[in-house]
Amino acid sequence: MSEVDPWDALRAATRARVGLGRAGDGLSTAENLRLAAAHAQARDAVHTALDADAIVTALGERAGPVVHSQAADRAEYLQRPDLGRRLAPDHGLEAGEHDLVVVLSDGLSARAVQDHAVAVVDALLPRLEGWSVAPVVVAEQARVALGDEIAVALGGRMVLVLIGERPGMSSPDSLGAYLTFEPRLGRVDSERNCVSNIRPPDGLTYEGAAEILAALLTESFRLQLSGVELKDTGAALPSGAG
Amino acid sequence: MSWSTTLGGHSYGFADLRELLAKATPARSGDVLAGVAAASAAERVAAQTVLADLPLAHFLDEAVVPYEDDDVTRLIMDSHDAAAFAPVRSLTVGGFRDWLLSWEADSTVLSDLAPGLTPEMVAAVSKLMRVGDLVAVGRKTRVVTGLRTTIGLEGRLATRLQPNHPTDDAVGITASLVDGLLHGAGDAVVGINPATDRPSTVRALLELIDDARQRLGAPIQSCVLTHVTTTLELLEQGAPVDLVFQSVAGTQAANRGFGVTLDQLREAHAAASELHRGTVGNNVTYFETGQGSALSADAHHDVDEQTLEARAYAVCRAFDPLLVNTVVGFIGPEYLYDGKQILRAGLEDHLCGKLLGVPMGVDVCYTNHAEADADDTDTLLLTLGAAGCSFVITVPGGDDIMLNYQSLSFQDVLQVRQTLGLRPAPEFEAWLGSVGLLDDAGRVPQLVPEPIRALMG
Repeated sequence: MSEVDPWDALRAATRARVGLGRAGDGLSTAENLRLAAAHAQARDAVHTALDADAIVTALGERAGPVVHSQAADRAEYLQRPDLGRRLAPDHGLEAGEHDLVVVLSDGLSARAVQDHAVAVVDALLPRLEGWSVAPVVVAEQARVALGDEIAVALGGRMVLVLIGERPGMSSPDSLGAYLTFEPRLGRVDSERNCVSNIRPPDGLTYEGAAEILAALLTESFRLQLSGVELKDTGAALPSGAG
Repeated sequence: MSWSTTLGGHSYGFADLRELLAKATPARSGDVLAGVAAASAAERVAAQTVLADLPLAHFLDEAVVPYEDDDVTRLIMDSHDAAAFAPVRSLTVGGFRDWLLSWEADSTVLSDLAPGLTPEMVAAVSKLMRVGDLVAVGRKTRVVTGLRTTIGLEGRLATRLQPNHPTDDAVGITASLVDGLLHGAGDAVVGINPATDRPSTVRALLELIDDARQRLGAPIQSCVLTHVTTTLELLEQGAPVDLVFQSVAGTQAANRGFGVTLDQLREAHAAASELHRGTVGNNVTYFETGQGSALSADAHHDVDEQTLEARAYAVCRAFDPLLVNTVVGFIGPEYLYDGKQILRAGLEDHLCGKLLGVPMGVDVCYTNHAEADADDTDTLLLTLGAAGCSFVITVPGGDDIMLNYQSLSFQDVLQVRQTLGLRPAPEFEAWLGSVGLLDDAGRVPQLVPEPIRALMG
């Protein structure tokens, strides 16, 4: 081995776990524990339940009802994405007329919603002057498409779902935002627009996300559509998120 | 044709081959999601019991996806080799399992048989096998392919070095490439999943690997895993394309979901073959598959995901692949729920591919929302090593920062090669030795040879 570590420059160019310490052929104890810790964070993000009461409290007078999908628990949620897209009966949503319905959904990382979602709402709503926005719904065991049924029940022209994304080893708390014009049952991913990786300080900031979302929402409303035809809006829908 | 049987005083009926195969399949979440799984453990065994008595020849008469509707079915039926099938023509599925385990069914016999088998036959017999059987028969199969290295020889376990980066950054990719080479990885392929399909980016990545290969004088092949249409465009431009890549599935509709047709694959296969870039062979295609891909495209025709996966290998074998890789734990827990389901699926896929004559490797992996962890990938890697798997996927620390899932680390493979006495591909092994990265005991010492240090900038 050289006395100068040739890895210094390369490590600076990637988050990949290069140049790890070995014990014989295997990984050293320290590296194994680092990997285990990263995996544990991601696992806990998937399996920790959303504290809906805390979100409702943080939303204050903007808070609407807490609803649940037809997936009874996390195990069923993970195996039956179809149930996570359907609203459980007795949801208590009252029909009205709104330009926008906002739904905060646990998705695959309740932690992302717990840590970031209310802050995104705080940054976004002041940018939507003149919009009628329904009380913010909190949804448990929810996939992106559950927002469609919620919006139909509330009478919303558009729906914005803020949802915990699939956690990576280095990103257990990434929040995604999906907007859909004229939501209804059966909307597909290509009819939505997505802003992903909202997780300051490593990912998008709250203000940055709110800026992009406000522009997208305004443009979507003007063009009366969302999805792949809403061009120049950046990110495609990541696969596996729906 | 329909069947029925009784078990424990209950009668179970199966309307057709599609239902029989689905209900005979060991439990997995994707079949439950599709609504085709057995409703109880007893129904599953009842289906397996009926399946065991079914003549293998029946599979030539009843298709699980209609011949008229599906070009994969037509490919399977039209390319079936009746002469190769003759040794097992009179057997039932259960009898076929016994025959596969028999001493007479050795590597040569199994290789000769491959063109006579259909995917549905091998899927069926695998449903009657336990993990130990999947390993024991897998170990006897031998599918040898080559380009600059030889893949699939007995006692060898090759690796794809997967140096992905979320922004395709050249220095970041080089860091992972160097790390892998220093750990003796990359003998199957150096293969990058690009963040973008933009042809200029894909070409730059191909040139990055090809340049490293030439500077090192290393026998490696490169691949950037982009859509076949992009590769066709790059072939026309004269880019250094070693391998044509495509994700494929077991139905025409699912392949349409991938935006690919058999004709496009034929065209790309022919174009890459004509380049003759290999030194020890001319296998120029690389395919990826995975149980659940047809269901996720709503193109599964109510066929179980493991049978459809085997049908994908029939697509692969039509194009003489160098490598075929089942990305077994990537698709998520709605298709394979936990470590137990992933373990079985990986071994089934390996065996079914090899019985059909396909050079099968496995991406031993899981996502963070699956009920699996590194103990599960260790177990699958060890059993695949014992089963003679052709190659596995490796990424730095087992953490793919571009695709956000966990595969194997370079160290995982070093450890299993030592544990099981497995070696890299022979041409690559010789190169490792020539630069000092292989000692007399076949171990990879921790050092940075000068030619590799030069790549580090």
